[in-house]
Amino acid sequence: MTDSPLAQLAVDFGLLSLIAVGGGIAVLPEMQRIVVDTHGWMTAATFADLFALAQAAPGPNVLVVSLLGWQVAGLAGAAVTTVAMTVPSSLLTFGIARVWERFRDARWRKAIQRGLAPVTIGLMLGAAYLITRAADESAAAYVLTGLTAAVVLTTNVHPLWLIAFGGVLGLLGVV
Amino acid sequence: MTEPAAPPPTPRELFAGFFGIGVSGFGGVLPWARRMLVEERRWLDPDEFTDVLSLCQFLPGPNIVNVAVTVGSRFRGARGALAAVAGLMAAPFAIVVALGALYTTYGSVPAIEATIRGVSAAAAGLLVATALKMARSGLTRWSAVIIAAAAFGGTALARFPLVAVLAVVAPLSVAAVWRSVR
Repeated sequence: MTDSPLAQLAVDFGLLSLIAVGGGIAVLPEMQRIVVDTHGWMTAATFADLFALAQAAPGPNVLVVSLLGWQVAGLAGAAVTTVAMTVPSSLLTFGIARVWERFRDARWRKAIQRGLAPVTIGLMLGAAYLITRAADESAAAYVLTGLTAAVVLTTNVHPLWLIAFGGVLGLLGVV
Repeated sequence: MTEPAAPPPTPRELFAGFFGIGVSGFGGVLPWARRMLVEERRWLDPDEFTDVLSLCQFLPGPNIVNVAVTVGSRFRGARGALAAVAGLMAAPFAIVVALGALYTTYGSVPAIEATIRGVSAAAAGLLVATALKMARSGLTRWSAVIIAAAAFGGTALARFPLVAVLAVVAPLSVAAVWRSVR
């Protein structure tokens, strides 16, 4: 533990980068644990707001970490979390990509990949559960979350329309 | 690995190509990465893309960033990797920071607050749908269901540190599939 939030962000997100199985979103529960539970840098509701803003913006999902950093320590915080979340795993990828041919077809490699798949699914379900709990403060909000999920699962409506629809319902005071 | 269909891209071209990926996708950019890399610029053939994706999903960290590193370094070494990642992240980073600044300034204005509440509920729904889709296609064995339940319970309910959950669940899960791979 250190006193400076920037150093703490660098350490926490740098470590997270190297254990982020399944990519950025699967480790949302860990991000929430870090910034809400452990350090108390924001409320769960703010965390859900920032996730929603990241979803409403174009680009890689992982940029939610930039917004978390922003919320904690402004522009410097955003830069630190973004660099910390991307550089360690990028260096690893850079190194491994050169020797990938050597173990691409190895049994242990396939077993690890296949074995991590259900772990990732469990983490994604955890992320969905925690974000829903944090975002929805009323019964109507839960209904909107459920309806949005149902529409995505059954139609090809573009997600941005659903985000916009949610925003309008919010503005009208429905949720 | 076969030769790519086009001459190897320069760092500048890598930056431009990944810049395009960065600004196109909402809620995940991997489909756009495939379109740019395979169909538009033909830097990779479909099999190479699948192989790169397999590597990048195997390794920890944001998958699309790993794709940028792998593709950039394959053509132009460290400079290529740097150019590809910078291209991918530059615009989206500026956009989310601008959104963050607006949130800080106007987030407590009642009308904005209400709008974000609605957006958050919808965004949670998108995530629920993604997770359910993955569960539907990926949880086809009882052992996978148990492993996923353990990962869910450990992180979302018990709120254990991820590293502790992985240390227990990941080896069990790999052992469970060991006999099914060769």
